[in-house]
Amino acid sequence: MTGEPRGAGPTTGRADDVGPVTGRAGGDGARRRAVITGIGVVAPSGIGADAHWKCVLAGQSRIGPITLFDPERYPSRLAGEVAGFDALHYADNRQVVQTDRWTHLGFAAARLALADAGLPEMADDPYGYAVTLASSSGGNLFGQRELQRLWRGPARTVGAYQSIAWFYAASVGQLSIRHQFKGPCGVLAAESAGGLDSLAHAVRMVRRGTPVVLAGGTECPLSPYALTCQMRNGLLSTCPEPALAYRPFDVAAGGYVPGEGGAVFVVEDLAHARARGVRGYAEVAGWGASHDARHTDRLAAGDPAQYARAMRLALDRAGVRPAEVDVVFPDALGVPRYDRSEAEALRAVFGTRPPPVTTQKPLVGRAHQGGSALDVATALLGIRHGVLPPTAGLDRPAPGCELDFVRESGPRRVDVALVGARGFDGFNSAVVVRRGPA
Amino acid sequence: MNRRRSVVTGIGVVAPGGATRDEFWATITAGRTATRRISFFDPSPFRSQVAAECDFDPVRAGLGVAERQRADRYVQFALAASIEALADSGLELTDATRERTGVVLGSAVGGTMLLEREYVQVSDSGADWLVDPNRAGPYLYQALMPSSLAADVACRHGVHGPAQVISTGCTSGIDAIGYGQQLIEDDEADVVLSGASDSPISPVTVASFDAIKATTPDNDDPAHASRPFDRDRHGFVLAEGAAVLVLEEAEHARRRGARVYCEAAGYANRSNGYHMTGLRPDGVEMALAIDDAMAQARCDPADVSYVSAHGSGTRQNDRHETAAFKRALGAAAYRVPISSIKSMVGHSLGAIGAIEMAACALAIEHGVVPPTANWANRDAECDLDYTPNTARELPVRVALSVGSGFGGFQSAMVFTRFDGRDR
Repeated sequence: MTGEPRGAGPTTGRADDVGPVTGRAGGDGARRRAVITGIGVVAPSGIGADAHWKCVLAGQSRIGPITLFDPERYPSRLAGEVAGFDALHYADNRQVVQTDRWTHLGFAAARLALADAGLPEMADDPYGYAVTLASSSGGNLFGQRELQRLWRGPARTVGAYQSIAWFYAASVGQLSIRHQFKGPCGVLAAESAGGLDSLAHAVRMVRRGTPVVLAGGTECPLSPYALTCQMRNGLLSTCPEPALAYRPFDVAAGGYVPGEGGAVFVVEDLAHARARGVRGYAEVAGWGASHDARHTDRLAAGDPAQYARAMRLALDRAGVRPAEVDVVFPDALGVPRYDRSEAEALRAVFGTRPPPVTTQKPLVGRAHQGGSALDVATALLGIRHGVLPPTAGLDRPAPGCELDFVRESGPRRVDVALVGARGFDGFNSAVVVRRGPA
Repeated sequence: MNRRRSVVTGIGVVAPGGATRDEFWATITAGRTATRRISFFDPSPFRSQVAAECDFDPVRAGLGVAERQRADRYVQFALAASIEALADSGLELTDATRERTGVVLGSAVGGTMLLEREYVQVSDSGADWLVDPNRAGPYLYQALMPSSLAADVACRHGVHGPAQVISTGCTSGIDAIGYGQQLIEDDEADVVLSGASDSPISPVTVASFDAIKATTPDNDDPAHASRPFDRDRHGFVLAEGAAVLVLEEAEHARRRGARVYCEAAGYANRSNGYHMTGLRPDGVEMALAIDDAMAQARCDPADVSYVSAHGSGTRQNDRHETAAFKRALGAAAYRVPISSIKSMVGHSLGAIGAIEMAACALAIEHGVVPPTANWANRDAECDLDYTPNTARELPVRVALSVGSGFGGFQSAMVFTRFDGRDR
């Protein structure tokens, strides 16, 4: 391999510093609690949690024609893009050149989250810090450029960075190096459900002795080839009107609009946060995951029984009764049969009076794992500010989708939020966040 | 409550040189190499032209028509390995066990093969940036999303527990099994189909590793191209394959009288925070991962019977790893048999970590340590016992396996013979 480092030769003998033993969640580990102490949003709704919050409260749509390439020849031409994003503002030129836009968004989100948490950019205790992000489709723009270089020319070569820019672990590896987070890192892929799974996994790591874990994820599925791939899932909206294209639960629902960006969080051991005088936004109190064991196709609608089971697992783990849930952020796919099955799952969990439901995905598009992470950010901000943002894209609920949608933003007591997400081909995940212990 | 322990009750393997568990074990214990000149496409434009390819027959492996149509090659491998592993375990899935059975599979590059094949089609061989969506095949979205791997295996077996793909590059296999073990430990599942799969032998992957000179340029003698720990090693040999283990909560396995291969007793990972492809020669982070995994398994260095090395055969890896073994195991590093089966079945990126764990489980079961093939000349910086060329019969109570990969990830896992006693 190139770039072999120079340095001291091999050292013999046992390591002096064995570092923390991360293995056991039993005993004390099971009692460790994890709070989210930092939010980093980089999404069409804004860069930074404040900008995002203002956007969702006002219900401003950021869906528009794709500008990252000319979408003219594609039946789906709309997306949620992060406008005015300058990667060099968040990473140096070398880091930017050797990574994809998806990782650029991750560099920014991680920095914002660390700053929000009041933690230094460089870990003071490297093995006590880790990165466990979700990943969906890898470095699409970078990858397509390199594929073109490989196949267009006679030389059959790619650049030196293709091997580290496109693969799904690129963002986590780069963040680990950049911030010196050398604890147990992870990369999870469960399509759109992965953003929630990464929070669950971060808590597993906290309980096993790593006090600070970055979780969440970003995504950029907006290259011509990535859009072509997405068109094959049969779920994309082809409506040309930005305001009308993505309308979950509405009678006019006709598919979703893709989006980029997402959110990264600092998940922190409660004792660690307290020791430095930080309360955080909320506790990651519960999580659950299940699988439909059925593919997504023209007839499938998602299995409401399995989805409900994931939500119940999350509530049970949190020790929260359904009646104690103040708000639900649903998956909100915007495909009628999936919207109906989601409403059915919510009724199965919450009975005839489900709690208020609100979604902002129609404002920003679906960014796979980044989208479910972004919903968690919105939930945390709702708890922090005691306000729920209105449901976007909804005019008249479709039959079977009659839920208590939040229609206008306004002050509410929000202590417990449930976030749900489903991934293509049968993934179901749910996370419960609860106002942190004082 | 006692700690929930995970045991291995079933093994399935698809590897170069053998598309079943038994064929795989026969290949690696015979010291036979399965590396050859690439046959999937004309490799002559590339620097590295050798690979370890699987002679895989999806029909023989039990895959249905729909699975053969929709699933990319790496998914088919995992389906085959999962079918073999479940049959091996004797586990009968009931409605109750299906909800408590998860699927956690690793893959470094997912659907690369199908993505590249279709790219060539929709872009008119790279001529068009704005590719033609009308020429795309029906399963292209599944190729874009690596999560398809876990989804397809969950669908095949009708299991409803947590499903996840772990994609930490070349440590994906160990990390996926570790994630599965944690799900069982935390009472999120009783059974996890856990392992990894990759089929990266495609022009873009070959070109990517060519560009950084990570793969071997020794094309003249493909059967001897993978030379871990040898003085004359020149890079790794790209490969494909899969392994799936049935991980089961120990009490669950005991109640049904299952045959137990071993316990998944310890798992840990660290990152070097150093370089996406470069390794610090001192091996500190790999050593920390080993220390942590051994502490969980309550093993001392002297207890280790066998070390399954990452042993990719690059200059820097084998040196880095040797330093890590010395750092973590001390004097025991010089006594314990170490080997790299990548010398025979190549480096299948995310999959190989799971294939190596399958080898560890089989080493414990059979009391045989597979060798490092193609070892001829001692390297001054790689001066341990790499079990050259010939398998050894010896009782294996504790097997340690490690992985190291792009992104700086270092993982370690300990399998121990299971006697049912508390540790």
